[in-house]
Amino acid sequence: MAFISSGYNPDKPMENRITDIGPRHFEEFYPEVIKKNKGKWLYHEILKPGVLVHVAESGDEVYTVRCGGARLMSVTHIREICEIADKHCDGHLRFTTRNNIEFMVDNKAKIDPLIKDLESRKFDGGSFKFPVGGTGAGITNIVHTQGWVHCHTPATDASGTVKATLDELFTDFQTMRMPAHLRISMACCLNMCGAVHCSDIAILGFHRKPPMVDHAYLDKMCEVPLAIAACPTAALKPKKIDLDGGTVNSIEVNKNRCMFCGNCYTMCPSLPLADKEGDGIVLMVGGKVSNRISAPKFSKVVVAYIPNETPRWPTMTAQIRNIVEAYAKDARKYERLGEWAERIGWERFFGKTGLEFTHHLIDDFRDPAYYTWRQTTNFKF
Amino acid sequence: MAKHETPLLDQLESGPWPSFVSDLKQEAAARAKNEKKVEYQIPQDVVEDLLGVLELSYKDGTTHWKHGGIVGVFGYGGGVIGRYCDQPTMFPGVAHFHTIRVAQPSGKFYTTEYLRQLCDLWELRGSGLTNMHGATGDIILLGTTTPQIEEFFYELTHNMNQDLGGSGSNLRTPADCIGQARCEFACYDTQDLCHTLTNEYQDELHRPAFPYKFKFKFDGCPNCCVASIARSDMSFIGTWKDDIRIDQDAVQGYVKGEFKPNAGAHAGRDWGPFDIQKEVIGLCPTECMKYENGKLTIDNRECTRCMHCIKVMPRALKPGKEKGLSILVGAKAPILDGAQMGSLLVPFVKVDKENGYAEIKEVIEAIWDWWMEEGKNRERLGELIKRQGFQKLLEATNITPVPQHVQEPRTNPYIFWKEEEVEGGWERDVNEFRKHHLR
Repeated sequence: MAFISSGYNPDKPMENRITDIGPRHFEEFYPEVIKKNKGKWLYHEILKPGVLVHVAESGDEVYTVRCGGARLMSVTHIREICEIADKHCDGHLRFTTRNNIEFMVDNKAKIDPLIKDLESRKFDGGSFKFPVGGTGAGITNIVHTQGWVHCHTPATDASGTVKATLDELFTDFQTMRMPAHLRISMACCLNMCGAVHCSDIAILGFHRKPPMVDHAYLDKMCEVPLAIAACPTAALKPKKIDLDGGTVNSIEVNKNRCMFCGNCYTMCPSLPLADKEGDGIVLMVGGKVSNRISAPKFSKVVVAYIPNETPRWPTMTAQIRNIVEAYAKDARKYERLGEWAERIGWERFFGKTGLEFTHHLIDDFRDPAYYTWRQTTNFKF
Repeated sequence: MAKHETPLLDQLESGPWPSFVSDLKQEAAARAKNEKKVEYQIPQDVVEDLLGVLELSYKDGTTHWKHGGIVGVFGYGGGVIGRYCDQPTMFPGVAHFHTIRVAQPSGKFYTTEYLRQLCDLWELRGSGLTNMHGATGDIILLGTTTPQIEEFFYELTHNMNQDLGGSGSNLRTPADCIGQARCEFACYDTQDLCHTLTNEYQDELHRPAFPYKFKFKFDGCPNCCVASIARSDMSFIGTWKDDIRIDQDAVQGYVKGEFKPNAGAHAGRDWGPFDIQKEVIGLCPTECMKYENGKLTIDNRECTRCMHCIKVMPRALKPGKEKGLSILVGAKAPILDGAQMGSLLVPFVKVDKENGYAEIKEVIEAIWDWWMEEGKNRERLGELIKRQGFQKLLEATNITPVPQHVQEPRTNPYIFWKEEEVEGGWERDVNEFRKHHLR
C-alpha cells in the first residue's frame, strides 16, 4: 500500500493549517420538516413501539422510526444506514443519546415501507440489523463503554455484556409493558465513562484484586508521587526494593486498604489489576436522571459480584431478567424502579427479587455511608 | 477464511439484537475483498486482528490494550487517544490502534452525504470501525496508526470543514438533547447554546489547561434526556418561571379517553381507563393541582416543575412562556470520592441568544478561574466544591445565597465565620482580658 498524502507537509505543519473550527453547524443536517418547525412543536404520540409522531403548530407532522443497534459500527454498516436514509428519508437521519438510530419521514404513508425495509435486514449471523423499538415504558438501547474492544482498564467487556443483555430483554425493547421506562447502562470499570451511576439498572465491571507491582519498570514508567497521590484510600507508599543486586524506587501496596478502583493503574502502567478470577460484574439498580415526580437518584449496589462468564454472561442476564420481572409485576404505573424500591422498602426489594443481601451491600466508604444506614425503628419484618 | 478462529465471539452472532461481532466480520470481509480498490493506509487485516485480540480477551478474561502513548495532532493536546496492543506480534494489524474523537454536530442529526464522506476517509486512513457515538457524545473513530493522524486531520479540516473533539484535561466535547428541533418540552434551543459555547471555547477544548476533564451538557427540560444532572461539571437544564399553560378542552380529551395518556407510552399493558385523580393529581409531588367540576387548576407558585403532569397530558399542558435554564454544577461518576449529582448554582437565567449568552458565559468563566486557581491535579469541579465548600463557589461566582441552593440548612453549627463578619474583628488584647478574668 502506497502512502497517500493528504496535502499535509510534516516539515511545515503550520502551512495551510486549519484549526479550532469546531463541529459542523447543526442546521446543515436538519431535515426540511425539522428546520421549518423547530421550536413550534405542539405534542407527540407513540403510535406503536418504536414509532413516534410529532405534530407542529403549522399542522406539519414528522414520523420517527427508532432502531436499536450496536454503538460499535463499521463503515459498511453506516453506509447501509445511509442507503436506507436516502431511500426513505431524503438523506437525513439522527442518532439518539442512547445510540439508537432515528429515521424521520414527513408522511404517514412512508412509515410502513420504511419499517418493512428495516426489519428485513439481517446480519449473516442471523441478528437484526435495525430492530424497531426503544420507546415509552419499555427498555431502550443500553449505553456503554469500550470494554475489551479498545480500553486499557476494563474489568469486563462492554459490547458482549450489552449484546447478551439485550438478546435476553429483546421483547421489552419492542413492547411497552413496563410501569415506566427502564434505562440500563453499562460501564466496564469504576471510571464509569458510561456514567451508569444514575440508571434503573447499571451493569458495572470491576476488579477485586489489588494491583501487582512491576518493580523492575515502575520507576522508569511512572511518576511515583503521582501514582501514590492517585490512591483515594492512601493504600500506596513509596518503597525502595532490592532487585537484581541493586535498589530501585518503587511502591508498596497496603492490600487491605485497596478498594480496587484502578485509579493508580490509570496513572501508572506498572500497577496492573486485571485478573480473570478477580474481575467481574456488579449490578446496581434504582437510579434515574429525570426530575419527574422524585429527584434524580444514584443507583444502588444489589449484586456484589458476578463472574465474567464469557461469551454470554448467563448468570448476569438471569439476574437482570429477575429484577426486571419483579419490578414489572409489582410497581405502579409511572413508578421508576428506584421509586418502587423506596416505596416498598429495600428489605422488600430483596424479598421480591430473591437477591441475597450480603455485607458487601452495606456502604462503608467515607461519611456518606452513615446516611445509608437505618436511623429509625421503622422497618419491615 | 477468517485469519483467527473466534469460537467464543461466534456465540455472540446469534440472538435478535444487532451483533457487533457480525458487523466486525462483515467489515473484515469487505476489507479483504476491497471491491473499490481502496489503497488502505493501515493494515488491510486490521479488523481480523481486532477480532483475534478480542477473542483472546474472551478466553483469558483480561484486556490486551496498553496505556495510551502521547499521540495527537500538532498544536492540540486532545482529540486523539493513543492505544497499543500488548500482543503486537500475534496481532500486528492492531499493534498501533489509536482512537480519534470527532466533535459531533449538536443534536446528532446527519446527512448521508456527510456520513459517507467520513466513512470514505476513515476507511482509507483507519480501521473503518466507529462508535456512533461515544459516551460523552463524540463520533469515535477506533483504530489508526501514528503516521495517519495528521493526514486524517488535514483531510477532516480541509475537505469536511470538521474538527476534532476533546480528551484529557480540557473541555470535553459538549453534548445536548434533541431540544426544540423535535421536542415540545424543550425550554430553550439546546443545539444553539451547545454549538455556540463549543465554538466559543475551542481553545479550552483542544489545549488542556485545566486540572482535569470538564463537561458541559445541555438538557432542554427537567426530564434530562442527556443526563446532564448526573454527568456534567456544568449542567444547563431548561425550565420556566411562570404558569403552566392549560388547555381545558384537551384535559377533557384525556379524561374522556380520546387521547392516550403519557403519549401512549404505556400501550403495552392494560392499565385500565385513565384516572386523572390517581395518575396526575395524586402523583403531583407538591400537591399543587386540583381537578374539580371538570376543571384542572394548578397553584403554580407551589409547583417545582417536575413535569409529570405535562408528560402525562402533553396535548393539554405546556411549560410556561417565561423560559430559561437552571445551572447545576459538579456532577461526576464515582472515581474517586464517590459519585456526585449536580448541585443547583443558578436557579434561573434567561437564555439570551441576542447578547451571545453573556450571562451564562460569565458564570462559566468565573468557575473556570476559581477551579484553575484552586483545583488540584485531577480534581473535578465537584470535588473542589466539596473540599472548599459551596460558599467558596458562591464567592467565586459572585452569586447571592438563597434557600433554593440547599435541600435543608446545615445540621451542625460549625460555621466558618470570617473575621470581617464578626463585630470588632478577631484581634484582642489578652492582658486587657486578664484584668477582668484572673488566671
